[in-house]
Amino acid sequence: MSEEKLELAEEHTIVDPMAAIQEKVRACMQCGTCTGSCANSFAMDYTPRQLWRMLQLGLTDELFNSKTFSLCSSCYYCTLRCPRGLPLTEAIHSLKQLAVARGISEKKGSRFYRTFVETVRRYGRVREMELMARYFLSMKSPILPLSFTPLGVKLMLKGKVSPEMPKLYGPGKLDAIFRKVEQVEGSS
Amino acid sequence: MKYFYYSGCSLEGTALEYNISTQAMMRALGIELLELEDWTCCGASAAESISDLLSLVLPARNLALAEQMDMDCDFLIPCSACYLNLRKVDERAKKEEGLLDKINEVLGEEGLGYHGGIKSRHLLDVIVTDIGPEMIRSQVKRELSGLRVALYYGCQALRPYGGYDDPEQPRCMEPLIEALGAEVHDWTMGAKCCGAGLMTTKKEVAIELTSSLLEAAKGADCIATVCPMCQMNLDSYQKKASEVKQENLSISVFYLPQLIGMAFGLGEEDLKLGLNMAYTNSLKAKLAEYRVGITQQ
Ligand code: SF4
Ligand code: SF4
Repeated sequence: MSEEKLELAEEHTIVDPMAAIQEKVRACMQCGTCTGSCANSFAMDYTPRQLWRMLQLGLTDELFNSKTFSLCSSCYYCTLRCPRGLPLTEAIHSLKQLAVARGISEKKGSRFYRTFVETVRRYGRVREMELMARYFLSMKSPILPLSFTPLGVKLMLKGKVSPEMPKLYGPGKLDAIFRKVEQVEGSS
Repeated sequence: MKYFYYSGCSLEGTALEYNISTQAMMRALGIELLELEDWTCCGASAAESISDLLSLVLPARNLALAEQMDMDCDFLIPCSACYLNLRKVDERAKKEEGLLDKINEVLGEEGLGYHGGIKSRHLLDVIVTDIGPEMIRSQVKRELSGLRVALYYGCQALRPYGGYDDPEQPRCMEPLIEALGAEVHDWTMGAKCCGAGLMTTKKEVAIELTSSLLEAAKGADCIATVCPMCQMNLDSYQKKASEVKQENLSISVFYLPQLIGMAFGLGEEDLKLGLNMAYTNSLKAKLAEYRVGITQQ
């Protein structure tokens, strides 16, 4: 292969996203400091330490079936304390992205994120009440909204939530940027 | 002093009182805030769960707008999640070669571009570092003596990017509270997580976290926060938390600028204490002694 061709080939190497996440935790020595620091580990089926081990071993199915990464609240404690300095919260975000991309993400969480991002795309900013309404619509759940009702009503009584978007932010506000992101990410 | 001001989505809605009190406090201190008219959402914690590039482009768009203004100012951000997102752009661009080019390829769609170097700073950082307790003290009109405040920093104001305080045992608010004449509640929960976005997606788990925080705050008259998400989680689910712990855990949860504003003698139109969900009657009575929130004629 000529040098030029080689360069081209390199540019188009498709990076396996899973491999990139595995790389982030490759140096984990299983000390458990992350688990000990995690406020949410009590509710997880696998602890953060176990999650990294599963990643290292490439146990993809178990990993995506676990509740662990959807229970991360991005507090950055594990990242702060890991003696190996590993970007753990970032690894979890990458797992969430991959789960959404592969359509295997846990429904409730990913619906909420999608609804949120869709609102940003349309209006540029987020109005909480509109966001909640859309989210519950997408859940098609008549019961779930009730668990939020006290808050919703209180917010309305306080006059904090206005359903109106400022005029500046007509529908499609950030369409161009979103399309381009999809294009750039799709080609890399 | 002058800053670009990024209020962010929450401060236009559920955290309106944070927005109004921050601006009023800054006015009282003679500090100018420049809001960018066309700012857009930073992506909150949702964008990063969907696309890495999107989670960088959304905050970078705002930095690009500020860069266009061609002024030597830092970006002042009251919301911890927005702060993290805006600051992340520069922190990651420093480490990842070509990242800004990729971001700019997208921003180019709107004729925008960002070249790095605008400092994104949390409101708390600006208050403790640039303003400082002495300048605060000089504006105090009514000392909040006898008011015991639990100082709550939360996560993302300090982690992963802080640099102005210890990310595990933060104490930077203490001298400020003392400058107001108030007392600091002794606890170790200042940097613990409130559950953040889990309150929407995994409510039971988040309630566990907030109820532990509220339990530890017992003995304080109020909690001071510097993040809309923390404030909402601590302020709006107290009934649920009280059920979990089987005791009354109601307590007022203020934004730091509201507390500072009380001591500055600002009126209700600047403090908006009426917008906080939990504003307990016992505290109202106590604050009445300082004549807090009484609109000045
Ligand atoms: S703290 Fe770091 S090294 Fe220790 S188990 Fe967790 S990821 Fe591995
Ligand atoms: S960032 Fe996520 S995984 Fe890490 S300690 Fe916090 S909640 Fe746990």
